[in-house]
Amino acid sequence: MSIRYGLLALLQRQPMYGYQLRGEFEASTGGTWPLNVGQVYTTLSRLERDGAVAATGHSESDDPELQKTYAITERGCAELADWFGTPVSRSRPPRDELAIKLAMAIVSHGVDVAAVIQGQRTATLRSLQDYTRLKNRSDEVELSWLLVLDSLIFNAEAEVRWLDHCEARIVRFAPQGASLPGPPAQKGAAPLDSPPGARPPESATSSVRGRS
Amino acid sequence: MTAAAEDVRRTGTPESAPVLAVRDLTRVHSSGQTAVHALRGLTLSVAAGELVAVMGPSGSGKSTLLSLAGGLDTATSGEVLVEGEPLSRKSRSQLAALRRRSVGYVFQDFNLLPALTAVENVALPRELDGVSARAARQEALDALRDVGLPELGDRFPDAMSGGQQQRVAIARALVGPRRLLLADEPTGALDTDTGEFVLRLIRRRCDEGAAGLLVTHEARHAAWADRVVFLRDGLMVDDTGRVSSVDSLLGSDT
Repeated sequence: MSIRYGLLALLQRQPMYGYQLRGEFEASTGGTWPLNVGQVYTTLSRLERDGAVAATGHSESDDPELQKTYAITERGCAELADWFGTPVSRSRPPRDELAIKLAMAIVSHGVDVAAVIQGQRTATLRSLQDYTRLKNRSDEVELSWLLVLDSLIFNAEAEVRWLDHCEARIVRFAPQGASLPGPPAQKGAAPLDSPPGARPPESATSSVRGRS
Repeated sequence: MTAAAEDVRRTGTPESAPVLAVRDLTRVHSSGQTAVHALRGLTLSVAAGELVAVMGPSGSGKSTLLSLAGGLDTATSGEVLVEGEPLSRKSRSQLAALRRRSVGYVFQDFNLLPALTAVENVALPRELDGVSARAARQEALDALRDVGLPELGDRFPDAMSGGQQQRVAIARALVGPRRLLLADEPTGALDTDTGEFVLRLIRRRCDEGAAGLLVTHEARHAAWADRVVFLRDGLMVDDTGRVSSVDSLLGSDT
């Protein structure tokens, strides 16, 4: 969907042919979501079918398909204005592999949930470092890409915060059941000894399950 | 350029001896019957030109590490070496001189002296270190310019915004030939844009050859570092390692 509107937005600036549109889309988003030219032409032909764009002229290319130059129509402009005017819906959240993975880790036997969390946090932080490094050398970069980069950074940060939160919550629900990566138990404290009245690990796990 | 700044540049490769090295560092806070192990044998080093971020939950030992690294606290066992010299063998006056000369601190609270102007606050450590008032003032003005406040030198702290005060505090931490930069939640309650400015300053100083240790609970800030280590219960539990390339990150699925 976003490719359709992305192309319409670019065409509203000026008529372009397919290759040009692909280049402009990637320049605006820093190549974060690479397009292949096939996607561009498929989307353009749908837009043309719907009357949102019209093939107007010809570029220099020898290939008849590549020769078409596209321009936005009045209907296309209206559709685009509608897109900008409508908030992106969060009513159906996209599938989030990490959230699903953690939810499954909690209800599965023999999975070290804490290790899953720690491993993911380190990986996400590495990505965050990479994004930040890109940003640090981005003085010459287009503002549109900078905003996309910031979006990636804020999302990765949110993921790390959520992982911190999950970890703290698991510790709270399963005081002695979850083995967090940490120092070996102090001398004198047997790690498997439960204080009197403590829930065994199994019931701690099911209480997590019950609340979520 | 000062001789000390030359030193910073000459040693400014990660391969050279670390500016900060802590070895098997343990800190136990004892009060009566209870003993709290803030650190339990932590080993870590920070090279010239390197910025290392320390993350971890409250009570994991982050701030204790920073205090020990800066000679503000004394280890129960283990060793802190700054530029190869163990702090444990230094006298109190030598430690004080080291803190003034080689170590720059940025804390969440700005700790600016309210009765001094911005430039006087920044010049103070240099004057205490025996630099002439005129030279110290010039260094302070340069440092204020570096943090983007060239025109606010004569303001008093209470006439500045929080972000401006924090930048003055950073100028004070960076003034003179500091080789080790220690920062504890340096962005405090600053808005995201000002916070990023502060991180950029620290990053730049490290790129110029200083060693930096940054304690933060914000992943977005830790990401400015070359390496992020995680503490839990006084021990390091993970380390991102040095990241080398960003080429594999974006646009790889075409």
